[in-house]
Amino acid sequence: MPYSLSNHPHHHDHQPAHGHSDVPSDPALRTKALESLLTEKGLVDPAAIDAWVEAYEKKIGPRRGAQVVARAWVDPNFKGRLLRDATGAIETLGFLGREAQHIVVVENTPAIHNLVVCTLCSCYPWGLLGLPPRWYKAAPYRARAVIDPRGVLAEFGLALGDEVEVRVWDSTAELRYLVLPERPGGTEHLSEAELAALVTRDAMIGVAKAGALREGRA
Amino acid sequence: MNGIHDLGGMHGHGPIAPEKDEPAFHAPWEARMLGIRRGATFPPEVNIDRWRHLRELIPPHLYLSRSYYDHWYMSYVAALLQSGWMTAEEIKSGHAAPGGARRNDAMRPEEVWEAQKTRGIFTRAVATLPMFAIGQRVRARNIHPTGHTRLPRYVRGKIGVVRLHHGGHVFPDANAHGQGEAPQHLYTIAFPMRELWGSDASPHDEACADLWESYLEPA
Repeated sequence: MPYSLSNHPHHHDHQPAHGHSDVPSDPALRTKALESLLTEKGLVDPAAIDAWVEAYEKKIGPRRGAQVVARAWVDPNFKGRLLRDATGAIETLGFLGREAQHIVVVENTPAIHNLVVCTLCSCYPWGLLGLPPRWYKAAPYRARAVIDPRGVLAEFGLALGDEVEVRVWDSTAELRYLVLPERPGGTEHLSEAELAALVTRDAMIGVAKAGALREGRA
Repeated sequence: MNGIHDLGGMHGHGPIAPEKDEPAFHAPWEARMLGIRRGATFPPEVNIDRWRHLRELIPPHLYLSRSYYDHWYMSYVAALLQSGWMTAEEIKSGHAAPGGARRNDAMRPEEVWEAQKTRGIFTRAVATLPMFAIGQRVRARNIHPTGHTRLPRYVRGKIGVVRLHHGGHVFPDANAHGQGEAPQHLYTIAFPMRELWGSDASPHDEACADLWESYLEPA
């Protein structure tokens, strides 16, 4: 189905041009045409596109956030600073950057469970967790996380008792939230690296507990 | 604007359906669009707030039916057309009109790693003292700006408590519209779920939102 921008040809804030009725409905074709045009005009270098894709596929992922969490589990001083000044603490690990500029870390405890959402768009700590999963950016999660967080968590297989307080953090500004999950019991003997392997992306969004749910890697 | 993007609290959008072992991208074009968003040159007026506003302006039926990276395609094309950097004819054909300007300052692949480490800093000095203190009760104003705003509808008119104060931050409602950064104090406000959703909501759960000072009034 083609979409229309032909009725909005003017340069006005409230009537932007969002496509063209004559462009192909297949996003693969549209995106290919856009890349060719941008390349022709010198607005993009296709090799730079390759480099960005490689960076997010291979280098910038939830292992970074997991390192932050594992360090907090083993180093009380780091944890204290992380909860007071996450941006400063994470800067020492070199993970600040694009979509990880001002960070707030919120701690799960037996009494409090934190959950992160962006109801207005899809704000996400890319620099710490990499590419956001599709469900995080889609309407069902954004709509329900703030009105029915317990129902949302149940859909992820996480049932919380009534005595646990659920705190939802809606990322409406340039602060990016990371959940510090509870350290699983029986892990006293594990090294920092072994602990990091227990920390999943979902646990740092708050839809899972650490060491509980296995999920897609990277 | 009271747009379709302001989803908080809506019903009827279906299950969340997390994918097991979700791939990085669901189609090769999504990866290309990610790279374009991060690596292509943007018209100078397209700051992050204007970018979000362009996405909000996608017509509701397309906002809900097209995927995230397609939103990026639509927003970037809108920015290119508005700025006059492209014509609709060029977008349609995928080829530059004869005689057009060609730039030579696009990001190079060897610049990408540094670019991903570059933080956008949104904190700013503000001359005024904060109007609100941590622990204070405040009400989110019942306002309905027609342009870009980061005050979600579900908190408007509701009373919460100041949980955090972040100092001055760029004000999106102005910055999205070419009106400068107009920084204001930014706070995290905790709203009890029962205040937001009524007596059926859980008695000790809460939702927090990051709200600028002009969104708030004493309560």
